Amino acid sequence: MLLLASTHGYWNLQTLWFFLIVVLWIGYFVLEGFDFGVGMLLPLVGRDTRERGTLIRTIGPVWDGNEVWLLVAGGATFAAFPGWYAGLFSGFYLALFLVLVALIVRGIAIEYRNKRPDETWRHRWDVTLSLSSAVAALLWGVALADVVHGVPTDAKGNVTASLLDLLHPYALFGGVTFLALFAFHGSLFLGLRTTGALERRSHDIALRLGPAAALLVLGFLVWTWANAVSVHDKGLVPGVIPIAAICLPFAAVAFERAGRPGFAFFSTAVSIALLTLTMFLNLYPRVYVSSTNNAYSPTIFTTSSSHYTLTVMTVVALVFTPIVLAYQSWSYWVFRARLGDADAADVRSPLDLLGRTPLGKQS
Amino acid sequence: MALDLARWQFALTTLYHFLFVPLTIGLAWFLVGMQTAWHRTGDERWLRLTRFYGKLFLINFAIGVVTGIVQEFQFGMNWSAYSRYVGDIFGAPLAIEGLAAFFVESTFLGLWIFGWDHLKPKVHLAMLWLVAIGSTASAYFILAANSWMQHPVGYKLNPVTHRAEMTSIAKILTNSTLIRAFFHTIAAAGLTAAMLVLAVAVWHLRSGDTALFAPVARIALWTTLAAGVATVLLGHAQGQLMTKQQPMKMAAAEALYQTQSGAPFSLFDIGPWEKHPHKSLVSIAIPHGLSILATNSWNGKVEGINDLQAAYTKKYGPGNYEPIVGVTYWTFRIMAGVGFLAVLLALVGLGLARKPGRLERSARFHRVAIVGLGLPVLANLTGWLFTELGRQPWVVQGLLLTRNAVSPTVSAWEVGLTLVGFTLLYGVLAGIEVKLMVRAAKAGPDRPGSYDAVLEGDGSKVPRIPALTY
Repeated sequence: MLLLASTHGYWNLQTLWFFLIVVLWIGYFVLEGFDFGVGMLLPLVGRDTRERGTLIRTIGPVWDGNEVWLLVAGGATFAAFPGWYAGLFSGFYLALFLVLVALIVRGIAIEYRNKRPDETWRHRWDVTLSLSSAVAALLWGVALADVVHGVPTDAKGNVTASLLDLLHPYALFGGVTFLALFAFHGSLFLGLRTTGALERRSHDIALRLGPAAALLVLGFLVWTWANAVSVHDKGLVPGVIPIAAICLPFAAVAFERAGRPGFAFFSTAVSIALLTLTMFLNLYPRVYVSSTNNAYSPTIFTTSSSHYTLTVMTVVALVFTPIVLAYQSWSYWVFRARLGDADAADVRSPLDLLGRTPLGKQS
Repeated sequence: MALDLARWQFALTTLYHFLFVPLTIGLAWFLVGMQTAWHRTGDERWLRLTRFYGKLFLINFAIGVVTGIVQEFQFGMNWSAYSRYVGDIFGAPLAIEGLAAFFVESTFLGLWIFGWDHLKPKVHLAMLWLVAIGSTASAYFILAANSWMQHPVGYKLNPVTHRAEMTSIAKILTNSTLIRAFFHTIAAAGLTAAMLVLAVAVWHLRSGDTALFAPVARIALWTTLAAGVATVLLGHAQGQLMTKQQPMKMAAAEALYQTQSGAPFSLFDIGPWEKHPHKSLVSIAIPHGLSILATNSWNGKVEGINDLQAAYTKKYGPGNYEPIVGVTYWTFRIMAGVGFLAVLLALVGLGLARKPGRLERSARFHRVAIVGLGLPVLANLTGWLFTELGRQPWVVQGLLLTRNAVSPTVSAWEVGLTLVGFTLLYGVLAGIEVKLMVRAAKAGPDRPGSYDAVLEGDGSKVPRIPALTY
């Protein structure tokens, strides 16, 4: 602990918490990434509301738990870096509002879609779910790119950017990259979680989406690297992380072609993780970048909580994070069975389930 | 202007969120009771009831979840000065809530909804217990954060960083304000859920489904009575503590301007307080009532607004330290009055239930019980309005004024835009939610025999209970 008390270098609680928050964002993007992907791909993979219902069911039991990663990332940032939380959330005001609207609408679409046995009702929620998933994925990409690229600030580090300032070409490229990568990730997830025609169509779409997503990730990270060197006078160290993030989507395409969908999905998951890590490594030790003057950028040391609070939060995180990981993994294990045509969206009576083989028989 | 809009936005989004939270907490425990009863007795009626009320629970839960994200984000968005000043303390309970409670609630709820045909009955029941425990624990941590704003403990002011910093997490998590607020809130959640269960049950009694709903109505009535009495008593205990910790709030709640011994308890009072603080148009009061309530003694001294204002001016410098008296006075009275009405409603219902068949047939009581669903909702809203508005002009009692807490970089039109956006979105969602709730409540539970065992290929009999939705 003595070592961790310093406020410079790498051995301090601020650095530990910076990377814990990175882990939370990685958890959020990897998990909710395929949720977003499934949402976006509804109209492409599902031919009718029945099929789309089955697709939604693949994320039904887990999407809410996935979204908690975002809430914990927000809460952890508030607790460990109040200045980061306050500066970022007030600075990205309207962008965050749009994210919130997208997430609210999306959650309601998933939860309410099947509350009425009515085709029109369901179709409307399906459209809503697709659009809100795409908007949320796009906005997260834009926001992350902006944070790293830099936004106009005053000398105290208060963001003075308007919504339009956030929509420059690099940020939009980041948004499209996230959109494509999450869609690819989601199609691979669907390929693993469905059977029959749905599985076939998911594979077809994955093969078409994959190369585009891989090229976008390549382009985005090269651009990020160019920015890092030219704008921030900062190399991307260590280089193996961004290079792996670039190679893995190509590997995913290769695995998918070779009939190894499990490896393919694992590849996009790791790629999303490494892409996120690359962005935050580029940021460190700043928490967002001032494009007005790099010296104005708030850092983990100027925005952090007191040593006492960081210590308390470290203990809490060390106790609870492994428990959360254990039961979330278990929930994925419980719902590992693939869903197919027989898993009608409209399970209204026990007879509907006769054709199914339930995973865990009650005996 | 930005300040006022930010306050309106906080009131709107927080009150809206809290329409759903008490029902989630209270109904989760009702479901636990019903499913546990099914597990113990094997009586199919309990299973049908669990799944029926479970649907209502899920419709309600969905909006509670999505509006909860706004709650966490808007401190940073609209109140960045506040977040910087108190984040060292305030952020911790919020983060712990997510990590220790909300993860539990969301993950195990997914397992409960979809696990009916995947998990062994005992494991499946345990999922519901965890949801109830998670949502209750969630309330504890959120109230820990709020209680710190009412009664700051376990902190020091750092002159270098110009902010409040935590010195003891234990003190923050055992704040006396928190303990009383928590039990008061949980009792109110129980009351809210009990009155919903009751309203839905009498709706079905009207159409004659007494075999299933007559026992439920009785259980709901007893719970309404117990939770109502508990809410009132715990609220009283909270009020006594508040008299010590936030005397201005309680003085405003009583519209008591002069410090008095043997102060009367005002039952009905019409201002205009703000302009002529010493005159009331109408005033009905119980002599010595307030002194007894606040201090447990006939002639106990209760501090008045004028003396507190003078004392605060001395302590904190010139300024107006009075909350809006009219609002504080009336929200307090509506909250408390509604609590008593709920208890009365339960007593009437239980009186009817003593003679066989009367509760089942009394159309008048059925109407009252259905309309009565509005009572706890009203009490929940006015309770929060009272406790938050009564603390004004402080956002953190004695430490930070609300007007100094707002985001300096966010403009009035931006706050206004998001306020309009949230209002429209929340309005639409409320409309959809109410329609779905009424629809599901009217549709009633699955028919008897819906889950009967089906013959498997190998000749064994397996009960078929599908996932609850989707």
